[in-house]
Amino acid sequence: MKARLLAPVAGLLTATMVLAGCGAGGDRESDSGGEGGGASDVGVTEDTVTVGGHFPLTGVAAPGYSEIPTGAQAYFDYVNAAGGINGRQIEYIVKDDGYNPTNTSQVTNELVLQDEIFAMVGGLGTPTHSAVVDFLNSEGVPDLFVSSGSLQWGDDVESKPYTFGWQPDYEIEGKIIGQYIAENMPKAKVGLFLQDDDFGEDGEKGVRQYLDKQIVGVERYTSGNTDVGPQVAGLQAKGADLVIAFNTPSYTALTQLTSLALGYEPTWFYSNVGSDPQLVGSLLNRFSEGAVEGDNSSLNDVLTTEYIPGVDATDDPWVQLWQEVWDQEGEGGELTNYRIYGMSQAYAFVQALAAAGEDLTRDGLVEAVESFEDVTGPQLAPFRYSADSHMGISGMRVVELQGGKAEELTPVLVSDIGDAPIEEDSSDQASDAPPEGGIPDGS
Amino acid sequence: MNRFLDVWRHSVLGRHLLTALIGLAVVVVVLESVGDFRALQLAAMAYLGIAAGGLTVLTGINGQISLGHGALMAFGAYTTALLLDDPTSSMPISLVVLASTAVALLVGTAVGVAAARLHGPYLAGATLALAIAVPGIALYFGSFLGGEQGLRVSLPDVPVWALDLEYLLTGTEMSRSQYVAYLGWITLIVTFVLLANLARGRVGRRWRAVRDDEVSAELAGIQLGRARISAFMVSAAAAGAAGSVLAITARLAAPSGFTIVLSLTLLTAVVLGGLGYLSGALIGAGLLTFLPPFVTRIGGDAGLSDIRAAELAPLVYGLVMVLVILLAPAGLVGTTRMSLAGRRARRQMAAAGAAGATTGSPGTTAPHDSSDEHDPGTPQASGSTTPKGSTR
Amino acid sequence: MQQLVNTALGGLTLGAVYAAFALALVLIFRSTRIVNFAQAPMAMVTTFIALTLIDAGYSYWIGFAAALLSGLVLGAVIERVIIRPVEDKPEINAVILTLGLFITLHALAAVIFGNRFRSFPAPFGLRGLEVGGTTIRLTTSGIFTIAAVATVMVLLLLLFRYTDVGLRMRASAYNPEVARLLGVRVGRMLTLGWALAAVVGSLSGLLIASGGLVHPGYMDSIVVYGFVAAVLGGLESPVGAVVGGLTLGLSLSFVSGYLGSELVALAALLILMLVLTLKPGGLFAVASARRV
Repeated sequence: MKARLLAPVAGLLTATMVLAGCGAGGDRESDSGGEGGGASDVGVTEDTVTVGGHFPLTGVAAPGYSEIPTGAQAYFDYVNAAGGINGRQIEYIVKDDGYNPTNTSQVTNELVLQDEIFAMVGGLGTPTHSAVVDFLNSEGVPDLFVSSGSLQWGDDVESKPYTFGWQPDYEIEGKIIGQYIAENMPKAKVGLFLQDDDFGEDGEKGVRQYLDKQIVGVERYTSGNTDVGPQVAGLQAKGADLVIAFNTPSYTALTQLTSLALGYEPTWFYSNVGSDPQLVGSLLNRFSEGAVEGDNSSLNDVLTTEYIPGVDATDDPWVQLWQEVWDQEGEGGELTNYRIYGMSQAYAFVQALAAAGEDLTRDGLVEAVESFEDVTGPQLAPFRYSADSHMGISGMRVVELQGGKAEELTPVLVSDIGDAPIEEDSSDQASDAPPEGGIPDGS
Repeated sequence: MNRFLDVWRHSVLGRHLLTALIGLAVVVVVLESVGDFRALQLAAMAYLGIAAGGLTVLTGINGQISLGHGALMAFGAYTTALLLDDPTSSMPISLVVLASTAVALLVGTAVGVAAARLHGPYLAGATLALAIAVPGIALYFGSFLGGEQGLRVSLPDVPVWALDLEYLLTGTEMSRSQYVAYLGWITLIVTFVLLANLARGRVGRRWRAVRDDEVSAELAGIQLGRARISAFMVSAAAAGAAGSVLAITARLAAPSGFTIVLSLTLLTAVVLGGLGYLSGALIGAGLLTFLPPFVTRIGGDAGLSDIRAAELAPLVYGLVMVLVILLAPAGLVGTTRMSLAGRRARRQMAAAGAAGATTGSPGTTAPHDSSDEHDPGTPQASGSTTPKGSTR
Repeated sequence: MQQLVNTALGGLTLGAVYAAFALALVLIFRSTRIVNFAQAPMAMVTTFIALTLIDAGYSYWIGFAAALLSGLVLGAVIERVIIRPVEDKPEINAVILTLGLFITLHALAAVIFGNRFRSFPAPFGLRGLEVGGTTIRLTTSGIFTIAAVATVMVLLLLLFRYTDVGLRMRASAYNPEVARLLGVRVGRMLTLGWALAAVVGSLSGLLIASGGLVHPGYMDSIVVYGFVAAVLGGLESPVGAVVGGLTLGLSLSFVSGYLGSELVALAALLILMLVLTLKPGGLFAVASARRV
């Protein structure tokens, strides 16, 4: 009996591939027919519209971020319970990519080619989403409200006509932070603590527009490297008494802990991404628990920015709506800022669906978002959407965290990328309230 | 017909080529009947399979463990991304894959030279460090290698001859997804034929000799270092080709795509299928491609929340890893083969009647008696219970 | 100057954490010749048990003790149920098995404890001590970490060198057949080895968590460096693990501070390769009885 090394391979090939092929034959049948159909498009039926998103539900990036889709799901359920939009129920499919772009590419294929989603909503992460942005645009899938503040989602409408940013990009955040410090703390010796990717880079670009001369030191950390001691010690050695940090939440904890150990007490200014007041609050409580004696005043004046009201603002009508939605449709656990983020995005998407009208098409949806001027919404500053720009929320305000609550330091400031000036927002967006019933209508 | 049988019986190369042809035919049939999504999923299976094939040669046949094969794939992927940086690039895709293979081969040679002196856990430690170190290179040379965001891969248009061929054969247009899947599977078939030939030939015998007993191998005139390095090189080249297909399939080469998780996934694929069997590598790759989405879907249908359903996939595949090692340590292919061989041996014994007591105990030593001298002897399938420590 | 001192002290504290983890690996390796990749998630699970108790109002030290105790039980159970069947099989089986365990425990913890950040208290102060008017990067918690690691190292040395149990454990690991003939209850020794190692692992989990955030993946970055530290030291020797951990912590701290944080992993690889090229069995290799 002679053995064959490859023969079983062939048999296997047949078996697995035939198995794989099962039920796949009809995958694409309904796909390409949608163009110009008018009445409906891929992912849309008489009474449903299917959307999807990719998020890190497992792995190291999952803590925090995995709560975003639970918020969005709760709001969609809330809308569905009230009859949906234009008679259509929103079906929301969430896929896990573990924050790995290779997986993002696979699950996006699955969403677009197999689940046949009408639109991508809230896909999370810069390296992950950049793996699929070209594909989504070449397939003509609306790619709304990417959960990342990178500039690339909105600054090149010509090559990415279907992609829209949502949160304020890191560059205008940097600009607003820079200007605030230049005006209010002109003597501060500023250190920058940056994540070593486009997040840190865009932020630095913005900050430098206003603060270039005040910066005494820049330190970068690589995500995944949990020892930031050398970086913080570096800033300390340069004599920085104010540190602007563009980092993720776990690095907020690490920098606080490290600076405590170093006896380094600068004013910390965390970008919005890293400054969840709940998280920072719980940390500060731990630090002040018995074990740490004496003052912990250095931890109290943490500065940050805010572009949607957070869970601490219990008087805000939007937060009251989110609380109601979460109590009614949430899957357990408490309302968090990550969930509010997801709900706020979902709200904007529902608004777009309503505005796109009965005859729902992908191009119609894109047009609806492009004419999103002066819509009400939780965002403190208006969107910048137009036929020429797909950049998201135009501004934010500077706040100080006191006991886990955000205290306003400035009015809402708006700007745009490049050398656009920073102005006080005149649209009064921050003081609007949700409509009766909490569901936007078509206008 | 006679000639055909002749080739089958006497020429290893011929047999492998024939099998490859059959494989190719299956690939064509399947890819022509599935949609774009399945085609891309199959492309993903192909790159996992190629890398797992290389790893199974290294680990199963030569006995060296590598927890860092994902890093070697990164070299292939980045080479591909650099060569395919704009859609007008005129470089034929086959050359791109070859170049990626060559780059990984070079890196693999260096790693192999360093690894040849290491054993067991020390080798595991070194390759683990490799797996986490390599993504840092892309960050350090951020301006050239795209940093955290990585490099986009722009796939050139499907070549005209391929379009023509497709039209001639099926009367349909070839989609890009199909093109990518063909590319992946043809690369897989070519790689597997080469690996199978190497494993069956002189080189393979040396690799196994070194795995089984270093001292006897040395006495037989085999240079241990050279055998180890060559196994590493071959395995790295396969990883490079796999990385290239990965970059083309995912349209991106980014550091977060080549974390330690990828390296461990490859090792899992190799073990699940059965260490030392190319067919096992393919099965493992198939399982890892199709099982997680399947499990997640079941979880979702059973009413679990998205997050819990997502955790179900790693939970199931972690458990499967544990159970396979505990219950069927030879992997799926090894276990199936052993039970088939066992049955055959029993049948032979029965046929030989009372006189046939020479075949030994059929149940346990099955892979050694009736099949062949070349592949199974997979370390863990071998019935020999070497006491711990005695080999060190 | 202050930066130099602080970078060094930071590196030492971090190195002590790697050393704690490496000690657990060494203990398991010495008692079963297996590298336990599931060490990190095992420690993560016990840390979560401590946190659950502390959040329920119990004191830090009750949580601490509960974590160590549950580590002991977890280690023993895992050895009995999962590791025992592969103990006489080739080492790759055990490697894969512990990797499978790694993934399983991770997913289980995410389901049971939730995949979110939670802050973990510290037993002692997190503020740097003042020496001659300047604060140096050495906290009371850091001193506790270093002291704990040193204690564990000494205890292990004593255990292996001077106690009867330690001798039996070594015998069971090196040559179970002979040990059995000599009347050693090999199985029991192996279980004991795993149980003790899991206690040390739990300790390292608590030390790493103190004052920071925990989530199911919080130990993941320690796995690689702890493992590299153990391999540097030769996988056999408690002193080697500690020296390996401190060397690694110090070097990486300087690389991160003066060359760039993205080079840390690369530096770890280079250090490891350098050491292994000179001494393939690690710095403190026991005269190798390999071959023939």
